[in-house]
Amino acid sequence: MALLDIKGLSLKIGAFSVLERVNLAIEPGEIHALVGESGSGKSMTALSVMKLLPGNARAEGQIHFNGTDILGASEADMCKLRGDDIGMVFQEPMTALNPVKTIGEQVAEGIRLHTGASRAVTEERTRAILDRVGLPSAKFPLGRYPHELSGGQRQRVVIAIACALKPKLLIADEPTTALDVVLQAQILDLLQSLVYEEKMGLLLISHDLAVVADIADSITVLRHGEVMDHGETTQILTEQAHPYTRKLAQASMHVPERSSSHRWDGDGTLLSVRNVERIYRGHRTGLFSRRETNKAVDNVSFDLQSGQSMALVGRSGCGKSTLARMIIALDRPTGGEIALWSQRIDDLSEDALRPVRRNMQVVFQDPYGSFNPRHKAERLVAEPLYLLDTPLSVAEKRSRVDTALERVGISPRDRDKYPHEFSGGQRQRLAIARAIITEPKLIVADEPVSALDVSIRAQILDLFADLNGRLGIAYLFITHDLAVARAITDTVMVMSDGKIVERGPTGEVLRNPRSDAGRALVEASPDLHKALARRIGEQG
Amino acid sequence: MLSYASKRVLIGIATMLAASIVVFAVLEVVPGDPARLMLGMNATEDAVRALQEQMGLNQPLLVRYFHWLGGLLTGNLGRSYTYAVPVIDLITERIAVSLPLALISLALSTTIALPVGLFSASRRGTISDTATMGAAQIGVAIPNFWFALLLVYIFAVTLRLVPAGGFPGWSAGMWPALKSLILPSIALALPQAAILARVTRSALLDVLGEDYIRTARAKGLTRRSVLYRHALRNALIPILTILGLQFAFLLAGTIIIENVFYLPGLGRLVFQAITQRDLIVVEGVVMLLVATVILINLLVDLSYAVVDPRLRGRT
Repeated sequence: MALLDIKGLSLKIGAFSVLERVNLAIEPGEIHALVGESGSGKSMTALSVMKLLPGNARAEGQIHFNGTDILGASEADMCKLRGDDIGMVFQEPMTALNPVKTIGEQVAEGIRLHTGASRAVTEERTRAILDRVGLPSAKFPLGRYPHELSGGQRQRVVIAIACALKPKLLIADEPTTALDVVLQAQILDLLQSLVYEEKMGLLLISHDLAVVADIADSITVLRHGEVMDHGETTQILTEQAHPYTRKLAQASMHVPERSSSHRWDGDGTLLSVRNVERIYRGHRTGLFSRRETNKAVDNVSFDLQSGQSMALVGRSGCGKSTLARMIIALDRPTGGEIALWSQRIDDLSEDALRPVRRNMQVVFQDPYGSFNPRHKAERLVAEPLYLLDTPLSVAEKRSRVDTALERVGISPRDRDKYPHEFSGGQRQRLAIARAIITEPKLIVADEPVSALDVSIRAQILDLFADLNGRLGIAYLFITHDLAVARAITDTVMVMSDGKIVERGPTGEVLRNPRSDAGRALVEASPDLHKALARRIGEQG
Repeated sequence: MLSYASKRVLIGIATMLAASIVVFAVLEVVPGDPARLMLGMNATEDAVRALQEQMGLNQPLLVRYFHWLGGLLTGNLGRSYTYAVPVIDLITERIAVSLPLALISLALSTTIALPVGLFSASRRGTISDTATMGAAQIGVAIPNFWFALLLVYIFAVTLRLVPAGGFPGWSAGMWPALKSLILPSIALALPQAAILARVTRSALLDVLGEDYIRTARAKGLTRRSVLYRHALRNALIPILTILGLQFAFLLAGTIIIENVFYLPGLGRLVFQAITQRDLIVVEGVVMLLVATVILINLLVDLSYAVVDPRLRGRT
């Protein structure tokens, strides 16, 4: 009998149907991937197994775990199962830990609760599991607080909590989505080895086929709460018999077509960055001790030509966003010069920057967080128009907004909608419309597609490529995702510890990285083709 | 931790100094010459001038300020114009009523509000939650002097359980003194408790929506133990903030309540001093109140760091 057996699970939250007759089975020692886009019901399936659904949710069907009927079980029985036989790891490591409790307390809590072990035994087990997940107590004492750890380290603590009692089933809900690719590879590796050591079943939830192709034994593809496709991983992903699976697979490897008409060979150097440096002063450790300083960006120089599309790749914390902020003049360098069309911009006052800002705009990662929810689309998109020297009439303004909306593929009729009435992909289109309304020459995009589903992300990449071709806008893409860099950039710079460690044509660098940082990124990047080739090779 | 604490203390001292300047300046521009007031309308100019000289009122402003400030630091707050006794004696005598009153009220409001807030938050959306919060809403809306009159009518006039007003003094024994503080502290505490209960509930509900609460539930903790072990401590920051603000309001509230109950406390002292232009008493009491509020804020700031480890490294 399967370890976890879900049969005909339907779930309604209020009047809204979230899951429709979902079937899914996991054997001990099996890694089962549950794949789908946001809103497909992946997380709700996981929470159904944990029985941690919101109060107004109604589940029907059957969930059997190791002989227990989950849907029929009492809350007290579920409390015994959770954390003991079923462990769960969540997506957002930054918020998944209680900020006021030490990591030791948080790991120990579950151990004590379920085993009733003495303080000494609990502490020993806590040390052992933290050591196992890569946080040895010599370097990471139990008295550390979550805020003293990085995102990847926090995720290790969450995994330690989930695996402390060697559960029979581990549920990991997008455990690596918030991490950079190198950390992602490490965490997936850790999960995989824990599963093999203890013969656990793992339900791995992800929106990314490339991520699961590497480690999952079997796959269930979910869409709008219904199972589209399921079976053995390599078979499902090589045959791609189901149209939706094929669509997901194609979207995750999508490379936009780029016209060569506006390639960067025209008007010369657009942006010039010379020996730029940004030093952050930390706080004093004692009253008279010197402040610690941190060089976030260290002696960076590069040129960006008109119409050129450049990627700045690197792991989280490497200084790439700091560099981007200085380029768009939201922050000032502590050394060096930044010039747009050979005009220095790093020392200009906010007033003098206005004409400059018209020519460079920015697109951020989170399309929802970067809009005021109380403003309509028209007002949001028209925002940068205040940068123009002569104010526009209402009619002119509207026509500019309409043109911008049309260029990004949104109907001008939607200008009276509020941000929440748009989907995630449409919101990112709005952000792009806002960026292009002043007809800038440069767009700095900070992880512009990493919060989007694969199919939407493919569309947005197409849009970027199209605008580059039609309007000749130069891009600086800040990303840790090499697929994005590969898709739409001509050149790439690899950043590590505040320095540019490698640069060159994108294809060349990604095929054959020479720097350690570049190699680490390339090796860790999930790639559907490579993963499948490797697995088919293993299977013979 | 040390730098955070020392910075708070320095800020507290600076605030005290700023407050002393404001208090001194405001009372300086308020019309009414204390010397003339003390001597009455029929006094001769010479007599007034003589008294002004004796009281040091004719000295330059800055000299008087520093003289006054020096006095503050050494505990010499000057002599009351009307009572002709040292202000510090007046204050110590009155604080023996006001401080217990404020502390009892604070203890009372906290012991009522925290359990009520917890109760309501753990039963969110149920009838008991709605009923409790409805009651709290009424508690917020009722002015404390009206509530005080109601209490007097029920417990003093009708049931005759406690005195309707006045204070026998601590020399009359612990119980009679406490008895006369019961109604005033309830009248002060209840509206505060209502506000605090609402804050506690909403702070807890905010925290209960956090990701780490889900992590705790996934560990196998029951709803109840999650509430006590994970939610409460995180919700303490907004609760402490309100608690600190409330103490300041309690001190201000005593002015009204002491008048309703004829309690010889600081509130009545400062009220009388204002009507009699006894500015030096007003200055003394106001500085004491300011110092108390700053001290409370300091304690609240320091307790943040105890509750939240993230603040300990900050400056």
